[in-house]
Amino acid sequence: MKHHLILLVVSKLLIPFLLLFAFYVQMHGDFGPGGGFQAGAIAAAAIVLYTLIFGRRAAEKAVPPRIVEAGIPLGVLVFAGVGVANLLMGGNYLEYNAFNPAHPVEGQHLGIILVEAGVFITVFCTLVTIFNTFARRGR
Amino acid sequence: MTLAVIGVRNLFGLVVLSGAYSFIMATLLIAMDAVDVGMTEAAVGAGVSTVLLLSALHLARTEEAPGKVFQPVAAILALVTGAALIYGTWGLPLYGDPDGPIHHHVAPYYIEQTPEEMGMPNIVTAVLSSYRGYDTLGETTVIFTAGLGVMMLLRGRRRDGGKPKKGGQRRDDDKKDEA
Amino acid sequence: MEDLGFLGVIGHINQWITVFLIMAGLYIIVARSNMIKKLVGLSIFQTSVYLLYISPGKIIDGTAPILSPEWDTYSNPLPHVLILTAIVVGVATLALGLSLVVRINEAYGSIEEDEIYKDDAD
Repeated sequence: MKHHLILLVVSKLLIPFLLLFAFYVQMHGDFGPGGGFQAGAIAAAAIVLYTLIFGRRAAEKAVPPRIVEAGIPLGVLVFAGVGVANLLMGGNYLEYNAFNPAHPVEGQHLGIILVEAGVFITVFCTLVTIFNTFARRGR
Repeated sequence: MTLAVIGVRNLFGLVVLSGAYSFIMATLLIAMDAVDVGMTEAAVGAGVSTVLLLSALHLARTEEAPGKVFQPVAAILALVTGAALIYGTWGLPLYGDPDGPIHHHVAPYYIEQTPEEMGMPNIVTAVLSSYRGYDTLGETTVIFTAGLGVMMLLRGRRRDGGKPKKGGQRRDDDKKDEA
Repeated sequence: MEDLGFLGVIGHINQWITVFLIMAGLYIIVARSNMIKKLVGLSIFQTSVYLLYISPGKIIDGTAPILSPEWDTYSNPLPHVLILTAIVVGVATLALGLSLVVRINEAYGSIEEDEIYKDDAD
């Protein structure tokens, strides 16, 4: 198993950095390149690496498949829910100014943060689920 | 690189080459000042795409059959399309030209209005989430549909490959209980 | 077709690279009968279309479209937005196509198009 040792050690060093970087990219989408999609793809790559190195059992204990599968529509729901909330607060659908009519810039910030979070959840859960479905098929 | 992709026979080498191609494409995109797009292409094209191709290859487990090396009809079709497209590119503006028509209609509005209306430096995120938020909603739905489709197609237990079974065949263990 | 001279030829080279990639992708999709190779050809085709959209957006002496006090010329952000969506849709297409290939392989035992046609013919 010696040739697996290097992979184990390197991935144990890399996976926390990958997840942290994905979180950074998500949060800094306003100030630099980034946003929901990139962060979701990087986080999914971290989980896929974990599954490849440590096996499916350990990965399923760490990231339960039921929760991940439930997360796919959750992100779409968050996105659409932001729009509905804007409707209820008096603006048009997905008009973030309605969150805070006195300070529209604050409303835009809040809307964009929520929307990017929804996109991140959906992209991450979908990519992890697709990989798990492919991996599970080969039994 | 692309010519190597056309010629290579071993499918594993094909997947590695396609990953390298995605990396080169991401670098090219960053050289064209498209930093968001380059990051997405690197993460998605070179990371996720390669893993998906590899897992499908593991499930399919074949190599490309030898045989046709050169198809004249397809090559003529590709050449004719390419010639028509090159003829069409003569009228396009030169590379990096700031007077091209695409820089005059909506883009200056977005660039100027973003600091006042959004207060964030990243124009691409502002346009993606707020000015063109509907497209992003549609795209999230597309990803959701893709995840749904893959789950529906590949859920049941694997049938080991063999000759097709003619006629309608009921598959009765579509719900897989994974503890 | 006007006479552009040497500068015209060099100025269009990004579009010619794109056209070459389009031709290559199209050739792979039509000419090869292995399904996974076809999907890779499709992804080459899609990548060339990204180049087709983004290369006119670049302005020489401009910078990435992130506002900053020391630059005053930015590349056009609008194609970037469209292509971000297109990249993610492309990976969704690839995932669905690959799952179809896996199912076809399980039903027919091979992923070469010719063998599948022969199987269906009898």
